[in-house]
Amino acid sequence: MNIPYRPLALGLLVLGFSALVFGRAQAGGRHYFAPVNNPVVKEECGSCHLAFAPSMLPAGSWQRMMANLKDHFGDDASVDPKTAAIITDYLVANAADKGGLRYSDKLLRGVSAANAPLRITELPKWTREHRKVPDWEWKHKDVRTKANCTACHADAALGYYDE
Amino acid sequence: MQLKSTAALLAASLAMMFAGAGIAGPREDQLAQYAKAAKAANPAFSGFSAERGKTLHTQNFGGGKPDTPACTACHGKDTRAGGRTPAGKAIDPMAVSATPSRYTEPAKVEKWFKRNCNEVLGRECSAQEKGDWLTFMSGQ
Repeated sequence: MNIPYRPLALGLLVLGFSALVFGRAQAGGRHYFAPVNNPVVKEECGSCHLAFAPSMLPAGSWQRMMANLKDHFGDDASVDPKTAAIITDYLVANAADKGGLRYSDKLLRGVSAANAPLRITELPKWTREHRKVPDWEWKHKDVRTKANCTACHADAALGYYDE
Repeated sequence: MQLKSTAALLAASLAMMFAGAGIAGPREDQLAQYAKAAKAANPAFSGFSAERGKTLHTQNFGGGKPDTPACTACHGKDTRAGGRTPAGKAIDPMAVSATPSRYTEPAKVEKWFKRNCNEVLGRECSAQEKGDWLTFMSGQ
């Protein structure tokens, strides 16, 4: 009898891999920040950069950011008032300090709500987690900016930020 | 079998009719709007030019931001290939032949003209420039 070992092995490998990924997802995942699931927010905040998870900044930060889209880190990202209201509501409702978000609580450690930071990449926890990334990697042509999460975190768009 | 292929042919020709005959879709409507505005701004205006649109797309301007001197800085030189934003996000090809869903939402088109003309040229684009550019991309 001719047993197709290769396809069998491949199939098993795929199965094993899926089980691994699925198991991790079921366990609540590691470093999970729920991705944006509002179509307006996804479109408006996700055309230039990854639509960052609202759970990565406190509500005060989102309000501060949305109040000044004209100068959005040097770019004019202004939207009409109606769209802005939809986006702000969504970001605030799902902000990092709404409570009960394990990874958000961790990310906000050492951040005072009063100073409403605008850059996720300047949060103390973020800096600590990325301290081992060498300079040349940030400058790599496929990375170029710290805002480019998906360059290294392949599943960032799905909410997973493991190494 | 015969019937099936006839049906397929019929469907294909129907699709071609709708795609090619210039039955006014949102893209054509918007171009017509731009043409009206261009004529109002300049009575000598006599239609859009894909050639001028191409120049607009590829030319280096000094008026905008240093890291985006031309449209091609982010969109790439090949209109049928994708580009990349400064923040690392992929941009679908601008050519209509490569991304057929392009320029079918007038508000979206206006939004990006406004943003990107400011970034690259340091000013808003005129109706004629927008029409030229859109004509160029529609034929790409």
